[in-house]
Amino acid sequence: MQPILEVIELSHNFGGLRALNDFSMAIGPGELVGLIGPNGAGKTTVFNLITGVFRISQGRIQFAGEDISAWPSHRITAAGIARTFQNIRLFKQLSVLDNVRLGAFARHRYGLFEALTRSRRFSSEEDRLTNRAFELLERFNLTHYADVPATTLPYGEQRRIEMARALISRPRLLLLDEPAAGMNHGETADLIRLIRELKDEFSLTILLIEHQMRVVMNLCERVTVLDFGETIAAGPPLEIHHHPAVLEAYLGRDDALAGEKEEVEGNN
Amino acid sequence: MTIWNKRQPLFIWLGAALVLAAAWVLPASDALNPYIIQILMYVGINMILTLSLNLVNGYMGEFSVGHAGFMGIGAYISAIIMVAVLPRAWAVWLFPGVLVAGGLAAAGAGLLVAYPSFRTRGDYLAIVTLAFNMIVKSVLENLEVVGGPRGYLGMPRLTTLFWVVVWVMLTLLVLRNLVYSNFGRGIMAIREDEVAANLTSVDTRRLKIYAFLLSAFFAGVAGGLFAHLLQFINPRSFSILKSTDMLVMVYLGGVGSLTGSLLGAAIFTVLLELLRPLGLWRWVVGPLMLVLLMIFRPQGLMGFKESRWFKPEIILGRGSPGVGRGT
Repeated sequence: MQPILEVIELSHNFGGLRALNDFSMAIGPGELVGLIGPNGAGKTTVFNLITGVFRISQGRIQFAGEDISAWPSHRITAAGIARTFQNIRLFKQLSVLDNVRLGAFARHRYGLFEALTRSRRFSSEEDRLTNRAFELLERFNLTHYADVPATTLPYGEQRRIEMARALISRPRLLLLDEPAAGMNHGETADLIRLIRELKDEFSLTILLIEHQMRVVMNLCERVTVLDFGETIAAGPPLEIHHHPAVLEAYLGRDDALAGEKEEVEGNN
Repeated sequence: MTIWNKRQPLFIWLGAALVLAAAWVLPASDALNPYIIQILMYVGINMILTLSLNLVNGYMGEFSVGHAGFMGIGAYISAIIMVAVLPRAWAVWLFPGVLVAGGLAAAGAGLLVAYPSFRTRGDYLAIVTLAFNMIVKSVLENLEVVGGPRGYLGMPRLTTLFWVVVWVMLTLLVLRNLVYSNFGRGIMAIREDEVAANLTSVDTRRLKIYAFLLSAFFAGVAGGLFAHLLQFINPRSFSILKSTDMLVMVYLGGVGSLTGSLLGAAIFTVLLELLRPLGLWRWVVGPLMLVLLMIFRPQGLMGFKESRWFKPEIILGRGSPGVGRGT
């Protein structure tokens, strides 16, 4: 089966620093893949290149067979790749409902003229959009916050709003950037369950950046490990967990066994 | 769970009709001093200007400081068409069309300013818009065919309180409809986080074009109304000072608020009239207010808050947790 996402020999420099070096990976439809590595390894750079935040100078990205390397961000998202952010990037002053409705910007079926004249098409489309937004808010237990400015809500709620905003566009591929960041033990368990449910409910393919090993071990079918912009290991989570190169990347040499337990408890 | 957007209450439309009727009748009857009528017309023109600038500076969070350039283009184009192109007999009937023509010309210029806004923000865009204002003024001063620095005259006095009110309402309606749609939300998203907006499938380039087009259009219409009220225009009317006045009105009323724009325009215009006895000193008031506002109350009177009457209402159907007001 054709992979839904193919990253082909992607390289990226920040001035003199080579952040990514000939990075390649392929994700099949319906997979849940993890991308891990120490801080600064290049994981978020991969996300930024896939979603068009950085211009690609070396390498290619194919999404569902199409070369999206030169596409602008909004077009990429409209094509079916949605994303959440490491530091939450909601539209702070806008209400929760507006944040979510914006996620479907590419899908609202009215033009400017129809909006300005409040045509019937606008009204029905806007209703449909609002209905869908409320469905998602309900799914994430946020309905009573609909009118509230997004910035006033606690961290956990903001993360869920981000997810609702990503999901309303009916993405095929969901990129999650450290979704468990800042969560405690219980919240992480809830998150693991939530991601599994969402994957089935919305028929998603998921690529996940994460530092917390519990999440990676429990969720990912396979894992790619980055260090200094290069893949140092790839395979099922259990294999990666004991891989010497991986342990060395995270913990340094000669400390493998002693540090392992700390690693599993979740650190950053 | 069903949701529907309730139509604006009937009484708002009735109120609007009432205001229009009053605007039609009042000047003809002698109920109000013609001087007061004139002030009201200036208030209305400033309301249109403030609303238009608020779209770009308030809702979109850009920093346009040369909006008087659009007003000037609208003023001159509509004046030229009225004086040099159209037969005078048709003037009265074609007045709205002439205003629209001025607005469209200004909108074309708006497109020119929109493109630099793709790649620059904040102070850099401010410089671009400042340069735009100065270019417009200089070009007008150098075009002898439209009078150069001596100005242009001959326009019939076609601006009436009725037309001003019509255009204020039109501007309000269009901008309100824009703001409470995904386009408006997208424009606000640009203000909040442009990169995230793009990553949320919002086409920020298209929205910037829309915003500048609409904003410039209405500023141009206001210019046309101005030209046909004063019956004389010269490039100095559309200088940075005028742009500064527009900024004061926007920030006084409050960014991101239509009601705020109406209030800011009304208060500022009336205030400047009341200060007429001060002579030339009253031109200090505008910039001084801007400074004081920035220090003590940058959000203005109604920053980001909106009158209930403009917001659409969203009512949840049966079986849902509650009734909410859409934003």
